[in-house]
Amino acid sequence: MIIGLDVGGTHTDVVLLKDETLAREIKVPTDSSDLFKTVLTGLEKITEGIEPEEIRRIVLSTTLTTNAIVQGKTQQVGMIVSGGPGIDPALFQTNEHYFTVSGSIDHRGREKEPVDEHEILKIADILKKKEIRNIGIVGKFSARNPAHELKIYEIIKDSFGKIFLGHRISGNLNFPRRIATTYLNAAVRPIHKKFFEAVRKSLEEKGMSVPIHILKADGGTMSFESSIDFPGQSILSGPAASVMGSIAFASGEGESLVLDIGGTTTDIAVLINQAPVLEPLGIRLGGYKTLIRSLKTCSIGIGGDSVVREKNGKLEIGPDRIGPAMAYGGSVPTPTDALFVLGMVENGDREKAIKGIDSVVKGLGMSAQEAASEIFDLSCRKILAEAQDMIDRINSKPVYTIHEMQEGRQVNPKKILVLGGPAPYFAKRLEEISDYSVGVVPRWAVANAIGAALARTTCEVTLFADTQLGIVAAPEENFSETVDKNFSKEKAVKKADALLRQKALQTGASDVDEIETEIIEDLQFNMIQGFHTVGKNIRVKMQVKPGLIYGYDSYC
Amino acid sequence: MLTAKHKTGLVFFPAFDWAISPTHPEREERLLYTQDQVFEEGLFDIEGIVEFKPDLVRVQDVERVHFCVPDVWEVTTESHFISAGGAKTIGMAVLDKQIERGFALVRPPGHHAMRMVHGARGFCNINIEAIMIEFLRAAYGIDRVAIVDTDCHHGDGTQDIYWHDPDTLFISIHQDGRTLYPGSGFMNEMGGPNAAGMTVNIPLPPNTSEEGFLYTVRNMVLPILDDFQPDIIINSAGQDNHYSDPLTNMNFSAQGYADLTSLLKPDIAVLEGGYSIESALPYVNVGIILAMAGIDYAGVKEPGYDPDSIRQTSDVTDYIEKKGEKVLGIWQQREEIKARLRGEKEFDERTRRVYYDTDNISENQKETVRICSDCGGAIRIDSSSDTGKHVLAVHIPRKACKKCRDVGYQWYDSALGENFDMVLLQDRDEDKYIKSC
Repeated sequence: MIIGLDVGGTHTDVVLLKDETLAREIKVPTDSSDLFKTVLTGLEKITEGIEPEEIRRIVLSTTLTTNAIVQGKTQQVGMIVSGGPGIDPALFQTNEHYFTVSGSIDHRGREKEPVDEHEILKIADILKKKEIRNIGIVGKFSARNPAHELKIYEIIKDSFGKIFLGHRISGNLNFPRRIATTYLNAAVRPIHKKFFEAVRKSLEEKGMSVPIHILKADGGTMSFESSIDFPGQSILSGPAASVMGSIAFASGEGESLVLDIGGTTTDIAVLINQAPVLEPLGIRLGGYKTLIRSLKTCSIGIGGDSVVREKNGKLEIGPDRIGPAMAYGGSVPTPTDALFVLGMVENGDREKAIKGIDSVVKGLGMSAQEAASEIFDLSCRKILAEAQDMIDRINSKPVYTIHEMQEGRQVNPKKILVLGGPAPYFAKRLEEISDYSVGVVPRWAVANAIGAALARTTCEVTLFADTQLGIVAAPEENFSETVDKNFSKEKAVKKADALLRQKALQTGASDVDEIETEIIEDLQFNMIQGFHTVGKNIRVKMQVKPGLIYGYDSYC
Repeated sequence: MLTAKHKTGLVFFPAFDWAISPTHPEREERLLYTQDQVFEEGLFDIEGIVEFKPDLVRVQDVERVHFCVPDVWEVTTESHFISAGGAKTIGMAVLDKQIERGFALVRPPGHHAMRMVHGARGFCNINIEAIMIEFLRAAYGIDRVAIVDTDCHHGDGTQDIYWHDPDTLFISIHQDGRTLYPGSGFMNEMGGPNAAGMTVNIPLPPNTSEEGFLYTVRNMVLPILDDFQPDIIINSAGQDNHYSDPLTNMNFSAQGYADLTSLLKPDIAVLEGGYSIESALPYVNVGIILAMAGIDYAGVKEPGYDPDSIRQTSDVTDYIEKKGEKVLGIWQQREEIKARLRGEKEFDERTRRVYYDTDNISENQKETVRICSDCGGAIRIDSSSDTGKHVLAVHIPRKACKKCRDVGYQWYDSALGENFDMVLLQDRDEDKYIKSC
């Protein structure tokens, strides 16, 4: 049996899956001041009367690290950043204890200026005096050559606790994001580690010593053990849970939009052949732009509980939420109240809903009924417009080769999958006013927890080779070998594939056979100097893309 | 958070799968390290810097500028449509006020492509700046345009296209033509009789460094721009004046290019040449982008950059200062020069040989322009190449006077009866392009 748990803002959804069917589903209120208790209560309730040994996998999606970052409740970190020529790295300062140091590596990974050991030792002294334990070390172009990060690490390693190195965080080139991502990982590690160790301990006490997996923002999972070194990957996993929950119901081939209509917002994502579209570089959280792989989602302030107002003779919806619908005892009218007025929903106080809608439209010469349909349609139209904007943005993403320009793959979904509280009501209307065929994700109320339960382990490998310098390397994987002039793109892909499979296994995948790898980028350039070919410059990027675990791909 | 003072748009199109030939300077690898540097610096994440996907230009956009023999497809590749399209995308974004300034970091380049195109010269097939400018004139009604070409090679193609246009100021700063391809761009090349003075050539001696370039911009280019009052300033931003460029002999730097960009304040910059792909381009491009966006670029330096070791000699300084006086002198006397060039003539003629070095084609041209005080003058080009093609092409300029229109159509009609392989006509005001074979 598999347990999936997704912590949401107001409640936490938990499901128990048995033999490809949903055996149990529950909701428990989320206590954001005590997430540990919330998670444990959820796990206890879902396993009531179940033999612990029957559980073979638990996947958790929590808001722990996200909340910590947003609320600024993270640990102090010491950042040591080596920039070299370019924009002043002081401008990328992430936190109080942030030091820029000398040293420079160029775009091909060649050292241009050495690290100054005395400078590092001086900073180490300051950080020690401030009793800072966790450190982040980041160098420009460390994804090409991590020598300087490693050198700094060697100098200070005995004086501190956990030290995060930028080149192990991502193989992508983006120095400011590498700095931010390294910082966030270091900053959330203590609470992440403490929390999940406590969860594991409690489960063990109940006789459940099963692998715990943690949902990531890219819709994949990683094992708890590997998350200790990359806790930042767990931020903003919520939208990913819902999207993964819809995947089993997306048609195999082709493109679909996923709409998760919640109380406050609607989150929009795009699926292509059952795989979600990812952000090119990484997630944004608060003021941080990161290299944390994530789904491309877009959020619009329209949900079941959005505030409905009249402004200059026109109805307006959202983007804010004040409380529940008036039909449920709230103080301001919402789209959910419109659903009550229209007779679509019945388990609340329709009279209050009518009164609420009336109060908004009294100057507009509309009946409550007319106003309710207007509110409902307006919500649908706004969601569709936002979805179209998102598709346009995906389609206008720049490309760098003539081949891609000519091929010009355009995303053009014909199908919408809706989940979240008011899903069934919206689905019908969305279909009526658009050209999409719209379906409701079955089990829409707990699809997010199902998504978490079934998400497979994902990862990415970035590898490059420079045969003039005689090197093939994937610094993120701590991999580097010498190569001769005959090294080729084909060999590089093979290497990357092997590294990727190994990484997938190390981070939680359970069986080699189910690891599907995919090439994201493979480029080979002849390097010319003075009209002579001096070597090849090869870049390969591969991934295990997000999807459902083997055997559950068409779960329903 | 890092924020651009001027909202700046970029089209980055490195054409990673296109080369003139495998070991040619204009090859796949050219912008690879620039991409690495731009990505690693996180430039696309800066608030106020936006990246656009390039549009493709249409055949009509090319034909508005060029006479392509035998046709547009024959003398271009897909890459040229994208590279010119990238410039067009930036131009539109600036005029739509989506951005304040923009930089088309595209390849292949275009500034050696002249109005008549039988093939490629100096790595250029079609003139991407001119195609952008004429599109913007047709679509947005802009009129006065200044082009400042800071590529190390004389922008002879752009000069040719605007030779007779009184509304386009073309200034080229380049290494002296006696020492470098294409061997032109001397100070006495000032534009045709209808547009004398609107072509400004500033040849600089080999080994000119930051000091000389910036002196030239401050003391020659800016005062002339000030006088001309363009609606829009375009920078043909070649980067081969760099001290490490393998094809040239200048001593310019990333800091220098960034300073030049800050002084010039171009609305639109378009990449031209620059073949020091590892040591110069990554830093020069980052410098130009930051300068356009109004972000501090003081830290953008090539590893090992030492301004003292590349500083120009005092001879070079003296030479440039003297040159400056002459350049300004010509500019101030442009009306007298124009009158002298016109004399009492009704038409003016020039004959020349154009060599398409990249494609090894020779062309003989006889160009006739109607001397006109009311417009840029109708132009007739009789062109034959050693590929055996003999064509007659007529250009009726923007804002053409009735007389020039009539003369242009007469030229066209009478040529139809003659023994040409093709007769072509550009009618800019009608935005009409006719070809008869």
